[in-house]
Amino acid sequence: MSEAILHGGLILLFLAVAATSVFTRDTFSAITAFIVYGLLLGLAWVALGSIDVALTEAALGGGITGALLLRAASRLRHADHAAETRRTGPASHGLAALACAGLTAALIVLVLSLPHPAPSLAPLAMEALPATHVGNPVTGVLLAFRAWDTFLETVVLVLALVAIWGLTSDAMWGGRPGPVQIPEPDGNLAFLARLLPPFGVLIAIYLFWVGADEPGGKFQAGTLLAAMWLLTLQAGLIDAPVLSRLRLRLAIVLGPLVFAGIGLLGIVVSSGLFAYPPGFVKACILLIEAASTVSIGVTLCLLVLGPPERPATP
Amino acid sequence: MNALLDLFTVVMVCAGVFFFFAGSIGMLRLPTTLSRLHALTKADNLGLGLVVLGILPRVDGPLDGLKLVLVWFLVQVSAGTVSQLIAVLVRKQGEVEP
Repeated sequence: MSEAILHGGLILLFLAVAATSVFTRDTFSAITAFIVYGLLLGLAWVALGSIDVALTEAALGGGITGALLLRAASRLRHADHAAETRRTGPASHGLAALACAGLTAALIVLVLSLPHPAPSLAPLAMEALPATHVGNPVTGVLLAFRAWDTFLETVVLVLALVAIWGLTSDAMWGGRPGPVQIPEPDGNLAFLARLLPPFGVLIAIYLFWVGADEPGGKFQAGTLLAAMWLLTLQAGLIDAPVLSRLRLRLAIVLGPLVFAGIGLLGIVVSSGLFAYPPGFVKACILLIEAASTVSIGVTLCLLVLGPPERPATP
Repeated sequence: MNALLDLFTVVMVCAGVFFFFAGSIGMLRLPTTLSRLHALTKADNLGLGLVVLGILPRVDGPLDGLKLVLVWFLVQVSAGTVSQLIAVLVRKQGEVEP
């Protein structure tokens, strides 16, 4: 009964926040509502009992996506004014509403026609989990049974960064991203940026380490690292990195490189691509997770910072 | 002993919920941004603090308790800083509200 009230309340909140995000005309308020929506989605995953997804959703959906959208909004401020002067007619509104309603109806029909009970590979995965020496089934599935998918996920992040860097103007290539932050050494933000990162880095390492046996892992840890870096950048304590530096670029591709290297090694020493050598399964998984944590942290931070806008030396 | 601990938890969590409730009402009803911030930080600080205090006797070990206290501390620091930042912005923009 109490669970029904909790779930019902969550669903009502969802609808209210989603409606706010869609119907608000002011871009900033709409993004704020969207960030709240991401955090609520995290709560929903907790209610469904999947803490791993909840952590990822809160960090990525609520945190980094929010930061990305806010940056996009501040860049699009001029475009916003242009959009206000160019009103769309009722015909295009009607068409958009019809398309959205159609999509929603199709999704509802799909969800209702799913077989019950749903087909599941979960028992099979749980049965094979001891072979990986990993206690957290989510990590086991992501890095052992579906390693190929997870590998491509880490590559996608790098591709997204390449696409953003592709927007660089020729003169700024290899420069620093983002505006110059004027530091206020005694300001509140500088205080937070000095106090929080040690905790953040420690918690990120903890999240990566417990990811083997409990909820946590490279995405949550990497997001936290990115957030700490962004905080110190925002406070003006450090300057944005020069994007042409070899060390930075190595950090970006470290995760995918280690992942691919161990995956290819499987062809030689084990039974095939992404088959880990027996006895070293957990060591391989930890190595991949560690390298990926660094790469995800650096890449997410650079995704938020955007293309270089000023030369490396002022 | 157990019943006493249960009572402690119930009282503390209820008190915490009360502060969250009062803080939320304050944020909706108070007239200026600064007073709304005040209400909000009270809810964060006391509300969360009392809830954490209430569930401390129920954790599995001292390490889990430490994690809960750490959560409260980190929320304090970040919420405090963020509201200071908002307050500075309000002052800079010279908000004139009734």
